[in-house]
Amino acid sequence: MATTTDTETENPLTAGLERQPVAPTTLVIFGATGDLARRKLLPALYNLAHEGALPERFHLVGVSRKEKEHDDYRAECEEAIRRFSRRTPDDSVLERLLETVKYVPGTFDDPQVYAELGSVLDGFEQEAGEPLNRAFYLSTAPGFFPVIVEALGASKLNEHARAEVRLIIEKPFGTTLQEAQELNRRVLAIFDEAQVFRIDHYLGKETVQNMMAFRFANGMFEPLWNRNYIESVQITASEELGIGSRADYYDSAGALRDLIQNHMLQLLCHVAMEPPVSFTAEEVRNEKVKVLHSIPQPSPADVGQMAVRAQYSSGHAGGEDVPGYLQEDGVPEGSITETYAALRLEVDNWRWAGVPFYLRTGKRLARKVTEIAVTLKPVPHLAFSQDGSLGVQPNQLVLTLQPNEGVSLRLGAKIPGTRMIIRPVNMEFLYGTAFLSQSPEAYERLITDAMRGDATLFTRNDEVEAQWRICDPIVGTWSNTPGPLPSYEAGSQGPQEADGLLREGDRWRAI
Amino acid sequence: MNATSDAVWSEQGTTPDAIEAALRQLLAQRHAENGNFVPARVLNMIAFVDREWSGEIANRLRGVGRYHASRLLVLSYEPQRERLDARVMIASEGEPQAGELALLRETVVVEIGDRHLDDLLTIADPLVVTDLPTLLWSPHGHQDVVEVLLELSQAVLLDSVEEPLAHDALDRAWALSENAYVVDLAWLRSTPWRERVAAAFDPARLREELLGISAVTVRHHPASTVAGALMLGWLGSRLGWHTGQPLGNDGDALVGRSRAANQHEVALRMEVAPELKVPGLASVTLETDSGLRLTLGRGSGGLRARVRDHDGAEREWTIPGASRGEAGVLGEGIRQALLRDPTYVPALEAARTLLV
Repeated sequence: MATTTDTETENPLTAGLERQPVAPTTLVIFGATGDLARRKLLPALYNLAHEGALPERFHLVGVSRKEKEHDDYRAECEEAIRRFSRRTPDDSVLERLLETVKYVPGTFDDPQVYAELGSVLDGFEQEAGEPLNRAFYLSTAPGFFPVIVEALGASKLNEHARAEVRLIIEKPFGTTLQEAQELNRRVLAIFDEAQVFRIDHYLGKETVQNMMAFRFANGMFEPLWNRNYIESVQITASEELGIGSRADYYDSAGALRDLIQNHMLQLLCHVAMEPPVSFTAEEVRNEKVKVLHSIPQPSPADVGQMAVRAQYSSGHAGGEDVPGYLQEDGVPEGSITETYAALRLEVDNWRWAGVPFYLRTGKRLARKVTEIAVTLKPVPHLAFSQDGSLGVQPNQLVLTLQPNEGVSLRLGAKIPGTRMIIRPVNMEFLYGTAFLSQSPEAYERLITDAMRGDATLFTRNDEVEAQWRICDPIVGTWSNTPGPLPSYEAGSQGPQEADGLLREGDRWRAI
Repeated sequence: MNATSDAVWSEQGTTPDAIEAALRQLLAQRHAENGNFVPARVLNMIAFVDREWSGEIANRLRGVGRYHASRLLVLSYEPQRERLDARVMIASEGEPQAGELALLRETVVVEIGDRHLDDLLTIADPLVVTDLPTLLWSPHGHQDVVEVLLELSQAVLLDSVEEPLAHDALDRAWALSENAYVVDLAWLRSTPWRERVAAAFDPARLREELLGISAVTVRHHPASTVAGALMLGWLGSRLGWHTGQPLGNDGDALVGRSRAANQHEVALRMEVAPELKVPGLASVTLETDSGLRLTLGRGSGGLRARVRDHDGAEREWTIPGASRGEAGVLGEGIRQALLRDPTYVPALEAARTLLV
């Protein structure tokens, strides 16, 4: 029984509660009428409200360029929530959530916007009779990030004498190392690192968090989790869809920036990191940064050997003819933006030296899957006849993040009969079969964590820069290398050129 | 659950072996139809129900949606029944989508009579999935049966507000808690209230007010005295209050005093809320020496908070949250069988000291 009421230590009433309290907060969304806000942020806020998981006092303020009244913005919020929420909204909860929503119109460089925003925030505090934490969510085009941050600083909204002020920044955090460094410099001139929450929504996915549980809550894997037993690691994030209507964004980003620089390097970190001494934000992120620092920065001369890019050509997907990338609406003629990228990375440390980490991602591949396949070294001696069998294959542990979240272990087993003939079989564990609960959306978790000030699932400044340090030379080399790019047929396994990255004996898993 | 894809087997005059074989066969058939059908393996639930009320229980269980136990064994009891009859249903929420899985959940209904009670363990044991946790629910009483089936169970689901006498309900829960993890729906109904009280005092500047709580008033549904006592028990156990004597009558209310570790006195009061139509709490009010008063009450779209500050200023607002309804509470009870709340038993122990 906890009897302490030491105000410096803990609240004895929170023991045993699944949902820990979140301090009273006003959330300000910049880019409040944008796609991300409508599709993800507002539905996430509704679902938190539905579950009673918002702070005791919660207010939402939207900031965007378009002129509109508070009521008009509330109506837009309601429409977005009804359309995109993962559950049918309860009318009374929705009404309660939206009744105090405010809207501040104006351009992000206009000091008047921040003056008005400040008075709205002050008004909420006066009404509450207490200071409210402030969280500024930058859900705008990346070019506005420094503009908004500096305007917040100029209007003194970056600090509060009696409450926490936090800044949540969407991806992409820069498109090059230099941009990321410059953005960090400008952000950290106004905010402390402890106030900054850089979103990588992959980290909010239950499946990614499960990887830490899988590695660090099960003793059986640790003895094998090193260069002595592991032959290679393969991380795949494939999509069967093309770029759809996102040509503007995608053609300026490409597969490497869109997925590898952030999400897939994070997955690599989760595979390769040492066990943190505790699961605090700093300890976890320290371990991830060590992994990133262990990956040698490629020189321009290395890029051809360790990276492959390609574009999809026309083909068949989902039983239909589909156009190639260059024929997609909005894609500039002669674009050299890659829709497929594959890397071979080394993690040069005691645990992983010599183990290749293969990363690949692409649009219009055979199917949608995100997985990590860890291939173990083959057994040193085979006493079995290979005659008439599929052969003894190395054990492979596959962690699937989507669509069917789970873990699969490939083992060799004897085929029933009189002869000792071996074939691979899979031992499967599927998360969906083993839990009653539904996973919350990544943004629900991330918004809550940011309001609580828990940065474990957010990317730290040095982490972002370390990710860019690896990818920047590849981006630079590719942008300086004229096209056309290698191609792969839509609906296929990807370009043949990717096989050139593989060490002898390794092969890509079928997508 | 909204099953849209079922496989059914039934037999009159059957045996546990035959039922178990039918389960295996149905699962194999479903898997053969489509390899993406996979059996859920989360939790066994044994429900011992009176046959005449089994329809109502089935309806309640249908309402729990995704919290349906992966294998539900319903022992439907009819005293005069001589023959063992059984039905097995394997249901999924739909046909698997391409590349995705469809979970199968199994329901086994076994009709039993008095003559089977002595052999109940040998009937139930083969029908639960080995190595999965098992939750036992006997909504119509039958404490003797519960004692027997506890051998198969790690958790027991009960609803303390359903016992006619509050003190008996608490004693019963206490006795069960010595042998299994108790999931008490009366406790789970108070979760949003406990979360909000905890949150209200969470800011560091308000935590010290916990030491100065001078009065707590809990209003509850007329049949939910247990819920009120558990709420007071929770506060007392978390804050280290000592209650020397049970609460006494003050008109329709129960009143008493606790003493905090710092010798501070806390006035306790439980009132019936006749206007409340659903089980559980109607409101909770906490007052402190410094003049702070917090009241949480039911409101449209969430809990309504009313605060009177130290300076006498009053404020009101709603903390959004959807009502889970009784089906949601039951579903949460099933889910809680997989978790462990270390604060229930201390709250229960403290609540027992409040009621005679």
